[in-house]
Amino acid sequence: MADRVMPLPIGRPERKVYPPAVDAPRDIARPLTFIERVTNNTMARRLFILVVLISAWEAYSSFLANPLLFPRFSDTALAFWDAVAHGVLLERTFTSLQVLLVGYAIGLALAALFTTIAVSTRIGTDLLSTLTAMFNPLPAIALLPLALLWFGLGAKSLIFVIIHSVLWAVALNTHSGFTSVSPTLRMAGQTCGLRGLKYVMLLLIPAAFPSILTGLKIGWAFAWRTLIAAELVFGASSRTGGLGWFIFENRNQLETASVFAGLFTVILIGLTVESVIFRSIENATIKRWGMQN
Amino acid sequence: MSTRKTAGESGAGGVAPLLAVDDLTLQYKTAEHLVTATWRVGFEVYQGDRFVLLGPSGCGKSSILKSIAGFLPPVGGSIKLAGVPIERPGPDRMMVFQEFDQLLPWRTVLGNVLFPLLVNRRMDRKQALDHARALLAQVNLDRFENVYPHMLSGGMKQRVAIARALAMEPAVLLMDEPFAALDALTRRKMQEELVALWEEVRFTVIFVTHSIEEALLVGSRILVLTPHPGQVKAEINADHLSFKDVGSPAFETLNRDVHGLLFADKVEAEALATGGRHG
Repeated sequence: MADRVMPLPIGRPERKVYPPAVDAPRDIARPLTFIERVTNNTMARRLFILVVLISAWEAYSSFLANPLLFPRFSDTALAFWDAVAHGVLLERTFTSLQVLLVGYAIGLALAALFTTIAVSTRIGTDLLSTLTAMFNPLPAIALLPLALLWFGLGAKSLIFVIIHSVLWAVALNTHSGFTSVSPTLRMAGQTCGLRGLKYVMLLLIPAAFPSILTGLKIGWAFAWRTLIAAELVFGASSRTGGLGWFIFENRNQLETASVFAGLFTVILIGLTVESVIFRSIENATIKRWGMQN
Repeated sequence: MSTRKTAGESGAGGVAPLLAVDDLTLQYKTAEHLVTATWRVGFEVYQGDRFVLLGPSGCGKSSILKSIAGFLPPVGGSIKLAGVPIERPGPDRMMVFQEFDQLLPWRTVLGNVLFPLLVNRRMDRKQALDHARALLAQVNLDRFENVYPHMLSGGMKQRVAIARALAMEPAVLLMDEPFAALDALTRRKMQEELVALWEEVRFTVIFVTHSIEEALLVGSRILVLTPHPGQVKAEINADHLSFKDVGSPAFETLNRDVHGLLFADKVEAEALATGGRHG
């Protein structure tokens, strides 16, 4: 093929289009139709899936007709409403969130401490890497028996396992965020006169914010799952149990609809934090800054 | 053309140099090697100079600039700014980098220009705002002050970086191939704008480039460096050339001369290699 080169056509006229073509489409942008907009909306599509799932649930449980094993969606919704309005669900949820926030806060403070040590000295970096390598794969809930032995039945043990589940995820992500700040940005900050604590606060932390936020999200998810799991194991000791205890209690009383209502609450809170709180932080920061697409 | 000078015996009619680089030797470590970037480089920069460090990659021109900025301490020799040795990075030597990520992505265009002013408490907020806005107007970005850097084109980002650097009114502005990542059309426009800005403000700038043409257009004085390690090959005046001279005989002659200076070195190096003298 290579030896047969096609000759270029001879005598092609040059051209200049002036003025530009008059019959070019006038409205370059056209508003989308209603149907197009609805099907483009993620919320609308997901809502549709939810409606389908709920209908399937309702239909199957009506067919099964065994509320002890698989209550109907309407019963679950009713049980949920009942537990919220007249029961202990809110109180239980509040207890869980309280413990969670305390653990989360202590976990973050420790993560900040570890990261500071890790960025300031090389041995500190090694310390953090070794500790995270050891503890990150260890599910926090596996430490619960030990925690019970050390701190007894109660909030202290819960907080201990929550700290463990938050600390390593946050410290690891923050540290890797710091180390991956571009050399150019570091140098730009330093020529602007940043040094010491100012350099960390005004340059490193915002520059590493995408990673830090990822760490916070992972830490939150770990902590929430760990807490519910731990509460399932115990929670009766103190006067006020948490959400996990609510689920456990209702299972013992064979109030299956209430068990479902408890699970629903766990999902609801998880979703709210992950896709409302963290999402809005994301939109207001790293999305707005173009640091994440 | 003398190849080496020492600070003090300058030929600028008794005016003291603003920046004196004397016998500068720079080394840096890679994972496996200790690289000598420059070897006994000396030059002087005067107030109002558009001083260009020109050379092929590997001549240590960026290392020299980093050392002036305070990021790379000299192994031998000295760098003195107004007689004072340079110790650490600081806002009296603001730097504009080649990479677009030198801007703080979490701050708007205005926020970026304000940043060094506020960090260094150079002036109160009101004054700083006025000052930053005036500079943005000078680089034709006043309409974009509330935009975040990721929404700007490459050329606009570089203009923000230049405005941010000039806002601090640095003793010397350091520019490390600031237009190298731009497309050819934008690059030429930026070069013209930089010189026009200089006509207006008369700052002192040290400009690193590997483009001879850019050196001739932007620079008033050009230091030609040879690679491995970087050494001074020549120092040339280019103040008489402007953008309308592109393509003129004078411009092309100087262009060819500088090209010859850089290229001759390669021939010499090849001659050395084929001559069996390994060093």
